[in-house]
Amino acid sequence: MIQLEHITWSVSSRTILDQVSVAIPANTYAVLMGPTGCGKTTLLEILCGLRRATAGRVLLDGVDVTDLEPRERGIGYVPQDLALFPGLRVREQIGFAPKLRGMAPDALNQRVNRLAEQFGIAPLLDRLPDMLSGGEKQRVALARALAAQPKLLLLDEPLSALDESMRAEAMVLLQRVQQEHALTVLHVTHSSSEAAALGTLHLRMVAGRLVVESQG
Amino acid sequence: MSFNRSNLCWLALALITAGYLLFWALLLGATAAYSTPDSWLQVLRSPEILHATFLSLVTCSFAAGFALLLAVPVGYLMTRLEFRGKSWLDAALDIPIILPPLVVGLCLLIFFQTKIGKVIEMAIPFTYQVTGVVLAQFVVAAAFAIRTMRGTFQHLSARPEDVALTLGCTRFQALWHVALPAARRGMVAAFCIAWARSLGEFGPILVFAGATRMKTEVLPTTVWLELSVGNLEAAVAVSLFMVLLAVLVLVAVRATGEKV
Repeated sequence: MIQLEHITWSVSSRTILDQVSVAIPANTYAVLMGPTGCGKTTLLEILCGLRRATAGRVLLDGVDVTDLEPRERGIGYVPQDLALFPGLRVREQIGFAPKLRGMAPDALNQRVNRLAEQFGIAPLLDRLPDMLSGGEKQRVALARALAAQPKLLLLDEPLSALDESMRAEAMVLLQRVQQEHALTVLHVTHSSSEAAALGTLHLRMVAGRLVVESQG
Repeated sequence: MSFNRSNLCWLALALITAGYLLFWALLLGATAAYSTPDSWLQVLRSPEILHATFLSLVTCSFAAGFALLLAVPVGYLMTRLEFRGKSWLDAALDIPIILPPLVVGLCLLIFFQTKIGKVIEMAIPFTYQVTGVVLAQFVVAAAFAIRTMRGTFQHLSARPEDVALTLGCTRFQALWHVALPAARRGMVAAFCIAWARSLGEFGPILVFAGATRMKTEVLPTTVWLELSVGNLEAAVAVSLFMVLLAVLVLVAVRATGEKV
């Protein structure tokens, strides 16, 4: 369960997020829509701890994580540009978080191979990011986030760079991943069709406020 | 009609550029023609010049290495953290670039006459020592290395580091595991630029470390010493050798994809 309580974000005396409050139940696929520049990405950054809110609290499963570092929150984040690590091979990208936590090499390989199989990127494990297509990069970014075994996954327009056919395929993949990993997902999108196909909870940013449009 | 005018404009600009390059070619050509390759080799083989060459290569490498060690954290801080007074600090970091070189040497000399300076010199002597050569080269080279690393980090997106933070990294680990591997070309460029800058350093070394033959004499001081005794041939040979080293560094920097 994610709870945002009166989250406010102001910059240069302009309020972008105004007392945003919402509760997203566990295992929900929530989609967040809103016009460009309305603060959707800022909200995701506040959630995962990359940005400190001017006011308000973030609670994960009832625990106040407002003052915790991003690494202490157990939240997976896939930004719009996917932000793959330059110079690291796909195998190293996926194994990044488990290796950081000191996972033994055998267990690390197992986890990387399992995720690579699940995302259909096993033949790409030795490639660098520059040698991947948009769809492949997106799968690597998702696998990398899930390798850390997060409870919550934040997706910032993850399908925006994909063409129509790949987007449909990616939506099926996202649904499958959410169910298989029992994840709570907050997915930012501009696409109504994407929101309709994926979301069980539909949120919209309106004038700095968060409105629940529908709940499936 | 406008096409022709446009061509004329490009031609004029190309002529200005070619004129400037020609001027430099004439300068170097005239210097090179002053003596023969045989006499260059003879000069460069003399024990004093060999010592100065060796000392230059060693001190420049140490100065550039230390400059890089400073430039990476400072460059990262200046690009990734927003704080009050940042623009002032930014300007302050460029001070060694705009200071007259002799003033830098004088500042070093005076500092090591203060109480703090004397305490430091009890541990590591600097004034009129080889370590002083490295320090004099470092203070100016570091400013250039910082500028290069700042540019490098500015061109790298901070997003991968943000993602690394959510994957379990501390800020230091994000720098070490994500930013530094991505910035390695910039680091090579910063090292080369600092090295080249150190190689040409003269004023601060002369004032702070002196120009003692077979002790603190580096290539620029050799040129000055030879000129002061009227040995123009030796000064020319050493100068051309320094031009060759500078060109090699420029090629190395260009190979990294960075610009000086």
